[in-house]
This record gives sequence, structure tokens and C-alpha cells, in this order.
Amino acid sequence: MNGRVPGGYVEHMRIRTLFFATYRDLAGAEALDIDLPTGATAGDLVARLRQRGRLAALPSEPALAVNEEYAPLSTGLSDGDEVALLPPVAGG
Amino acid sequence: MVRALVTRERIDPADVLARVGGDGDGAVLLFLGTVRNHNEGAPVEGLTYEAYESMAERELERIAAEAAERAGTERIAVIHRVGELAIGDISVAIAVSTPHRAEAFDGSRYVIEEIKKRLPVWKREHYVGGASGWVEGAIPPVPEVAGE
Repeated sequence: MNGRVPGGYVEHMRIRTLFFATYRDLAGAEALDIDLPTGATAGDLVARLRQRGRLAALPSEPALAVNEEYAPLSTGLSDGDEVALLPPVAGG
Repeated sequence: MVRALVTRERIDPADVLARVGGDGDGAVLLFLGTVRNHNEGAPVEGLTYEAYESMAERELERIAAEAAERAGTERIAVIHRVGELAIGDISVAIAVSTPHRAEAFDGSRYVIEEIKKRLPVWKREHYVGGASGWVEGAIPPVPEVAGE
């Protein structure tokens, strides 16, 4: 299973998670460090976030970036990755 | 020569223009996006642009490089401002120079349209009377497979 290592304990990785605009309003913070089991994907991170208070209002499939590049929810994460949750954009 | 920048400073159009042009170019095009005093019927007195700045600068570089390839020129400069902007302030400036005009228009149009689709920037409108709200944006296209 993902995250299981010999000896039976679960190995974790820490993901720096950034929030902007409306998503920051939901998170109540610009950034959170989220611990996930090794092998987790960006989609797993979103599912975990949606269990936290007002972040339940986060879309189930938000746009996001892993290490400053747009990435699909299936992207595997590594310890120390920076994941940004990106509301619909309005530049220009 | 492709230049992309996200800045908190006031944009000087002359400075952006000075980054393009050359003896082989017969067309030099400057596009400015400015803050208008109304949106969807509501009077607006200012905007706050927020960005995921490090990614926005990289994304702006990618957009400019794509436009450069389309337009067949290396002479493209694009600057996007973030922070507090007043009515009339320049939020984005795009300069392109090419041997002939069609490529300059095409390259400039590509840059502004891609900014609207995918630059990680958000806009909060401040309405006359004190209320404010996030402007509804566009859902950026996300690759189906990592790294594409």
C-alpha cells in the first residue's frame, strides 16, 4: 500500500500548499503545510483539504500547480513539493 | 530578447516599447490594458491584482516564448502589474515588433488572450461606496498528463 514501509509504520511527506483569492478566503491562510502518506497525488491533497472546515467549499477538481506548473490531479507528489490551488484566473 | 516581467511598479509604456524594434522590423505594436471605471454596470474606483508571482512570471515567459514562435520574432516584451491600481493605470503592456504588421498583431493578440486564460492572477474590484469583490475568472486549461 502507498505509504507503508517495512516495519508497518506509515511514511509521510510534507506538502507546502498555497491559496489565492477566493480559495485563500476559504482556507483563512495563504499557506498550509499538509502531511500526506508517501505516494499521495495532488487529488489526494485536494480530498484532504476538503475535510478542513470552510475548505469543504473547494471544488472537487480545482485547477492547481505543482512546483509552479499547471498539473493534473493525478500528479504524484514528493516531500517538499509546493502545490498551489488556483481559482479561475482574471489577469490582464 | 523575449522579456516577461511581473512588477509592483508603475508601468512605463516607453520603457516597454524600447525593448523591441530593430532595423529589420516594419511594424512595432504596443498594447496597453488599463483599469476602467466600471464593470458589468457597477462603478469601480480601483482594482487590486493578486498573483502567484513566481509562477506568473514563469507562465508569462512561456506565453511570450509561444507568441514569439508564432510571430516569428524574438522581439516581444510583456509586463503585468500587480498590487493596488487606480482608474487609468496600466495593468499590462505588450510590445511586439516584426518585419510585417500581420505577425505583430497576431503575436500581441496571442499574448493577451493567453494571459486571460492562464496567468495565475486574480482581480479584486473596489466599487464606489466601499464594497469590493473578486472578479469572476476563467478556469485555466490544465494538462491531462503531468509535464505536458
